[in-house]
Amino acid sequence: MEYVYKKVHSITFGLLSPKDIKKMSSAKIVTPELYDKEGYPVDGGLMDIRLGVIDPGLRCKVCGGKLKECTGHFGYIELARPVVHINYAKVILAFLRSTCRECSRLLIPQEKIDEYHQELERLIVKNKLNAWKKKVKEIIEAVKNTKKCPHCEAKQIKVVIDKPTTFLEDDKRLSPIEIRTRFEKIPDVDVELFGLHKDMARPEWMILNILLIPPVTMRPSITLETGERSEDDLTHKLGDIVRINQRLFENINAGAPEIIIEDLWDLLQYHITTYFDNTSTQIPPARHRGGQTLKTLSERIKSKEGRFRHNLAGKRVNFSARTVISPDPKIKFNEVGIPQSVALDLTIPERVTEWNIKLLKELMKRGPKVYPGANYVIRPDGKKKKITEETVEQLIEELECGFIVERHLRDGDVSIFNRQPSLHRMSIMCHKIRILPGRSFRLNPSVCNPYNADFDGDEMNLHIPQTEEARAEAEILMEVQTQMITPKNGLNVIGCVEDAVSGNYLLTKDLNLSREDATTLLLSIGITNIPDISENVTGKEVFSALLPNDFDFIGNSKGCGNSGNCKDCDQWKNKKCVDDSYVLIKKGKLLSGIIDKNTIGEDNGALIRALCANYSEDEAIGILGNIFRLGIATLLKVGFTTKLSDSDLPESIYLKIKELIKESERKVQKSIDLYKENKLDALPSKTLEETLEIKILEILNKVRNQVGEIISEIVSEDNPTIIMIKSGSAANILNLTQMAACVGQQALRGKRIEKGYSDRTLSLFKKKDLSPKARGFIENGYKNGLDPVEFFFGAMTGRDSLMDTALRTPKSGYLYRRLANALQDLKIEYDGTLRDAYKTIIQFGYGDDGLDVSKTENGVINVEKIVKNVMGGKHD
Amino acid sequence: MTEDLFESYKNELPAKLISDLKKEISKHKLSSKQIKEIVEKTKKEFEEAKINSGEAIGIITAESFGEPSTQMTLNVFHFAGVAEVNVTLGLPRLIEIFDARKLPSTPSMEIYLKKPYNKDNKKVRKIANQIKETTLKEVVSEFTTNLLKSQVEITFEKEKMRDIGITPKSLITILETSLKGTIVKEKGSTLILKPKTKDYKLNDLYKLKEKAKDVFISGVKKITHVLPVKTDSEYMILCAGSNLKEVLKLDEIDTTRTVTNDLFETQSVLGIEAARQAIITEAQKVIEEQGLNVNIRHIMTVADVMTSRGVIKGITRSGISGEKSSVLARASFETPMKHLVNASLTGEVDYLNSIIENIMLNQPVPIGTGLPDLVAKMKIAKAKK
Repeated sequence: MEYVYKKVHSITFGLLSPKDIKKMSSAKIVTPELYDKEGYPVDGGLMDIRLGVIDPGLRCKVCGGKLKECTGHFGYIELARPVVHINYAKVILAFLRSTCRECSRLLIPQEKIDEYHQELERLIVKNKLNAWKKKVKEIIEAVKNTKKCPHCEAKQIKVVIDKPTTFLEDDKRLSPIEIRTRFEKIPDVDVELFGLHKDMARPEWMILNILLIPPVTMRPSITLETGERSEDDLTHKLGDIVRINQRLFENINAGAPEIIIEDLWDLLQYHITTYFDNTSTQIPPARHRGGQTLKTLSERIKSKEGRFRHNLAGKRVNFSARTVISPDPKIKFNEVGIPQSVALDLTIPERVTEWNIKLLKELMKRGPKVYPGANYVIRPDGKKKKITEETVEQLIEELECGFIVERHLRDGDVSIFNRQPSLHRMSIMCHKIRILPGRSFRLNPSVCNPYNADFDGDEMNLHIPQTEEARAEAEILMEVQTQMITPKNGLNVIGCVEDAVSGNYLLTKDLNLSREDATTLLLSIGITNIPDISENVTGKEVFSALLPNDFDFIGNSKGCGNSGNCKDCDQWKNKKCVDDSYVLIKKGKLLSGIIDKNTIGEDNGALIRALCANYSEDEAIGILGNIFRLGIATLLKVGFTTKLSDSDLPESIYLKIKELIKESERKVQKSIDLYKENKLDALPSKTLEETLEIKILEILNKVRNQVGEIISEIVSEDNPTIIMIKSGSAANILNLTQMAACVGQQALRGKRIEKGYSDRTLSLFKKKDLSPKARGFIENGYKNGLDPVEFFFGAMTGRDSLMDTALRTPKSGYLYRRLANALQDLKIEYDGTLRDAYKTIIQFGYGDDGLDVSKTENGVINVEKIVKNVMGGKHD
Repeated sequence: MTEDLFESYKNELPAKLISDLKKEISKHKLSSKQIKEIVEKTKKEFEEAKINSGEAIGIITAESFGEPSTQMTLNVFHFAGVAEVNVTLGLPRLIEIFDARKLPSTPSMEIYLKKPYNKDNKKVRKIANQIKETTLKEVVSEFTTNLLKSQVEITFEKEKMRDIGITPKSLITILETSLKGTIVKEKGSTLILKPKTKDYKLNDLYKLKEKAKDVFISGVKKITHVLPVKTDSEYMILCAGSNLKEVLKLDEIDTTRTVTNDLFETQSVLGIEAARQAIITEAQKVIEEQGLNVNIRHIMTVADVMTSRGVIKGITRSGISGEKSSVLARASFETPMKHLVNASLTGEVDYLNSIIENIMLNQPVPIGTGLPDLVAKMKIAKAKK
């Protein structure tokens, strides 16, 4: 491998002059033929080997390079007659309109020209590029309609463009030759006022009399299975151009009538126009024989699949893998389980030293097919050798310090893991490799949230960094523990999920264990320094065993009736928190409170943030991992499942709920009656109909909430579904209500369902029936089953939300792309200001106070916590 | 004593943090030693939470909007609450704000009133009615064309007229000025419109009637709906339609709090700083309404980028992205051919200062860890002869 240790300083854009083209070309193309009878490229043809080689075995005539060594060289063809460059047609028109047709001077008096010059100069000096562009536009706009040349007094005729490339002066056609001669006479000073750079662009260069031919490597042909060659679209197009050009030459030399020459000239113009841009609307696009349009130069650059976005802004990589993901709660958060089959193909280059030579030789001995082995050896001179059964002996013999061995992945190697769409930086994180049996990537369910992954068939990508620098950067900047708190709002994206939450909830609520059980539990999750515990231990004590001894924390559980506001809490006055929701940890001991979603969950886990703030990233994620496994181990011990009978209701309650629904239906009917009698008072700026709808919706939404309340009152504390709801690990009381009793009103676009037939939703209802049933109220629960009408309404809202998602994704994707593109070069400078790439100050201090959101708690510095901390957790 | 302490930290901690501290400390009984400790600790946390140099904050900001915007609803209108003016919300509104569209799809205003007016429901209603753009047809119960006398007769509703504070007399002057060539006369509770000239066709009479219907008679133009609303402590007026300049001229209005959701109107009436604040509040409104949590610093960054040039620039190819100095950065976004052609004419030079160009060239990007350069002082060893 050859490295180039150079950096591009800048790129200058400009037009190529005919002189430049000849200078940079290594061949003149004269014949449309591509290959001779032997299939060897014809000299002076479009596949001339002076333009580069695409066949293995051939050598470039210019640089002597073989395939892949020679990047190709340009060529040119001399056009028999000049033609207009389509992309510059607009500029050519502007020049024609604002220069004199006799003397080719700009149609402004000399004094004015000097004045404008000074003005433009000033703007350039001040580096006001946008203002400069505007001024140039102004100048051109102003000259357009001058009737007489101020320099030679010649009368001017208005030039119009007959799109795409024909220019008319008083209905007389201006040939490109005429245009070119006019342009050649325009002095540099005048050209500059058009905004053209005097060295980089001359107007006559926009009329082509010589055409640059791109290297063969840019338009490689592919050999089909039949052995037939299929040329690239560009080669096809260039072939057409050369052919017509040759015919034009012949006809001119033979003195053919003007009309034939004109026709050929137009054809040449057409071919060159479509060579540059085959999508312009004014001309029919050039096609393949099959009718498929050719992809020419512009189309290669443009759009998502074009050169810019497809090949330059995004690149293909090696050393990557992609497969289905599945969960594994036993591995660490910052690990990824990969199948052995992947580990056999992905390698890490390891430099041979005297300390690892023995190990590497062993790996080489096992070869590429046995894990753990090695695939390649790279000698210091850059030669890469594949390890095979035949070569292995010799390669081991040769191996010395300084060689590089590409060995298989093994546990602990650094990898980068990614799931698309990569919407935020937590979508690409660094994980440590863990080789596991099976054929899927394994990840801890807790890191699903940052990736937004689930296991319904999602696939993810894995990359293996190949250099020490890349590995170090990945580990320091991207590893999972460094990404626990999102810069979006300063909350944690990683926390305990699902069973881990329910488990810890059960453990810290009122679980009592024997010493034996507690020790087994702790040992099963890998805790070995078990504290002295008495014969009977509470779950809180077991939980405390995971916490560091100097950890203090005050927080609230999800079940707190007063949403964490202890000071105004009645219960607190009696020094007793009835629902045990005052979480107090002192010196690593959980003294009171239940651990649940509010303390260890995603997004709002106060305890996790406290851990992150007080300990190193590695320690914090270690403790969190232990908490996670403890939760699961607890559930394994006590046993936990959810079942159909969770949503069983006693007969009396069931009747009560039915009565409640009936009651509200009566209320709705009452409102409808009022409306029909015209006795309803309209709400301000609403019609009577709207008022009625609002009222009904209010009643119906209220009833579902009431049903929910009834259910949450009667269900027992140890109902598994309720445990999940209360701990916050899954579901909410609404889900249970919908299963057990009543699904409730189906809303479409914030209203009751009113679409369908005229004045009714379904043909089985009477017209203008406003009753709950006829407008999408579902009074049954899922368990009892819906009737057909209700099911249909449920499907309606379901479809609506599906459509919403489908329509939203591209919109928000485009918004994101625009934002990313506009903001990508903003960064914090060393002086603390926020500036763009050109050092324009956007903010004098980032966010007014210079705080990093990911280092704060929900965007603020938690003063309350500091005060409590200083007071030593005392409650006054 | 405590005041002095805070005063000495004035230059080291932001004002918001100090006021938070004061509030929190006043809740508890603390010794001055403890207070000193608290302030010191706060300062330490503040210093530690400061942002690192070189942080690619632009990308982080874009991500902070991009990721939650996938969770927003497309539902355009907002019906929650018993009575509110419909406003575009959710993703469409966010796009509208960042695009910097000249006209919002649902312009609306929040009008606050000065002290004596904002407590009394009746007064507020009266002011609201006076603000609302009223045309003649809204106060008229009947239009008739009297072909016999060749005139248009208008019967108006006195009650509605009183609501908006217009007397029949003033109505006559309004009509005379806006319907030129027409004689307006009062006759009991009706008004009579008669063309001045004698030669007119029947058709003209009909036209006159239609024209008269839409004569603007009172209120503020463009304000199509008004809705007095009671907030916690006072009454205010929500309205559909926006005309900040005219509304601010009214005496009863609290000019310090009255706002519109039209960014460009805010800019032209109150200036660019107000427009920046308007972008922040409008974006925040959308995000909060959707139940999302995006830190205000990100919104501020976008607002500052949009307004730092003195005029509002949208996040579009014609706005911020189109005005970048780098050719490659512009070309990689949208319409690459246009940018390449123009760059070739002006001989533009791309100095590869920003991110995307360096990615294209496989070079380290000048941001984050790619920012620092190492310079080594080298002793040039004298070549041994």
